[in-house]
Amino acid sequence: MYAYDELDRTLINERVSEFRDQVKRRLSGELTEDEFKILRLQNGVYLQLHAYMFRVAIPYGTLSSKQLRRLAHVARRYDRGYGHFTTRQNIQFNWIKLAELPDALADLAEVGIHAMQTSGNNMRNVTSDQWAGVAPGEIEDPRIWSELIRQHTTLHPEFSFLPRKFKIAITAAEHDRAAIKIHDIGLRLHKNADGETGFEVLVGGGLGRTPFIAKTIKPFVPGRDILSYIEAILRVYNQYGRRDNIYKARIKILVHELGIEKFAKEVEEEWKAMGDVGLTLDHTAIEEVRSRFSYPAYEKLPHMPDELKQAAHDKLFERWRKNSVSAHKVQGYSIVTLSLKPVGGPPGDATAEQMDAVADLADKYSFGEIRVGHEQNLALPHVAKRDLAQLFKALDRLGLATPNVNLVTDIIACPGLDYCSLANARSIPIAQELTRRFANHDTADLIGRLHINISGCINACGHHHVGHIGILGVEKNGEEFYQITIGGRADENAQMGTLIGPAVPYAEVADVIEDIVEAYLALRDRPEELFVDTVKRLGVEPFRERVYATR
Amino acid sequence: MTSPLEQKKIRITGPSVVTANRTWDGAVVYRTAKRGWSTELADSAVVSTSDDARALLAEATADDVGAVGPYIAPVELKDGGKVKPGNLREHIRAKGVTIDLQVPA
Repeated sequence: MYAYDELDRTLINERVSEFRDQVKRRLSGELTEDEFKILRLQNGVYLQLHAYMFRVAIPYGTLSSKQLRRLAHVARRYDRGYGHFTTRQNIQFNWIKLAELPDALADLAEVGIHAMQTSGNNMRNVTSDQWAGVAPGEIEDPRIWSELIRQHTTLHPEFSFLPRKFKIAITAAEHDRAAIKIHDIGLRLHKNADGETGFEVLVGGGLGRTPFIAKTIKPFVPGRDILSYIEAILRVYNQYGRRDNIYKARIKILVHELGIEKFAKEVEEEWKAMGDVGLTLDHTAIEEVRSRFSYPAYEKLPHMPDELKQAAHDKLFERWRKNSVSAHKVQGYSIVTLSLKPVGGPPGDATAEQMDAVADLADKYSFGEIRVGHEQNLALPHVAKRDLAQLFKALDRLGLATPNVNLVTDIIACPGLDYCSLANARSIPIAQELTRRFANHDTADLIGRLHINISGCINACGHHHVGHIGILGVEKNGEEFYQITIGGRADENAQMGTLIGPAVPYAEVADVIEDIVEAYLALRDRPEELFVDTVKRLGVEPFRERVYATR
Repeated sequence: MTSPLEQKKIRITGPSVVTANRTWDGAVVYRTAKRGWSTELADSAVVSTSDDARALLAEATADDVGAVGPYIAPVELKDGGKVKPGNLREHIRAKGVTIDLQVPA
């Protein structure tokens, strides 16, 4: 966990006071909506279909049990008893009242939570691997760098009024769980030939109506220079990025139009021209932030405790363990993913009761710590293997032990037309129907790893472009239709999916997905060949034929 | 279901109302004939010409304190003059989400 210092606490509390005054002036009519809009956006407040939506940051996906309980309190006290975890390590509340928002923010501030950098044309919440600090083989904890960047960019005037929103993600593991290649800046922590720690810097990734995979502009930037290098990127973006057209304002468009070589050259020249602007991170500064992250006092535990051996006779436990429990860097411990994708449930939603219960389980089994991943699931990062069976029973009672992590029903979905003012079509009911179609866990196991991503509009909050199967809601003559892409992926081999054919109506989407999955099962050359690899080997044509031959 | 945020020109082809979100709590509201706002679609002022729609929207927009983001939305008039939402988006705004909100335990 990261311990906030007095400066952090003061900043958050001052922000609450400032927003309380702004809300008061808005409600009295002293501020018009046009004047107020940018202020509310800077505090995570959108206006959606039914109400204001309040987006709260969970920096690098790390929460304490105390913080999660406070989120549950906000859900219960100010909203309708639940929250929605997003694809960027935030949580959203869908029914919040503007008049009560300052109180909600004040309650969150007491536990070091805020809504800064969750909306508006600024540097957004810096995201990271939800297994940071516990993943085996990790170079080092990437959250230290996420925090350094967060501190530097929060309320920074140069980053507060950018041409468009700007997103950074960091990974330090071989397998990218942070989807860095679909971010404006993706940072991959690694060591150079001299053993020095630094970053591969990728720029220009993003989804939306013009999707691009980020490209590398510098293979290695020493850690001490990362702030100045990011600043150089932002300066080039600020100088050349378009502000005349919202659809062409993201840095990915600039990178595409300039070309990656030219863009990289501009950044390099800017970086050199900046000289020493006081942004070099000396050892003391890095260690100061590092020292504020506390790690559990792990016990020395056996690799295979007796409790785990005994529990292995329970088939339900074993199914869950194989699916949801992952290796930890410390012997005797595991990382446990808590699926927020129950059969028939809205992906990523958690009730206040579930949040409270998870906080209690975190205290009991995970040193009081919870993680939030971009796949819209939670994780307990430090669970002793001897406790896994007890934890499973508790999670099962809460509806949080669905053994579907990374399987066909572990669907990523945006709120869609049920909540969002930008959406053209619904996402959640499509996801719910698919979880019912594939509810049989044996079938899901047989299918293997398969990521379905659903977006209700081209803004792509459900990351449909990079789903193994992507589903995009569109509108045709007032009706909901859905375009289907296959072959996308969001990991270290990220790529966009390919459209398989004309959009299909709402009522046919689940049938189409079933057809695609059946085609895959017939076409894969062995059970271990993943769906996305079969698509890579054969292309989309056999799937297209299967879907449209009878339609 | 085109987002009203993209609503550029005011040209209606059927019965319409002006809707917005109430400023203090964000609730869905409809402009009434009495120059106020109501959470009930049945209370809304229904217009059938573009000129009337433009005038109703202008009057609603002037009340910036009462409601946020007013726009013109289509409705259907059923037998007996009952007003119904004219598309799925407005149906969801009027009736709520189409999903079960309870996360199954």
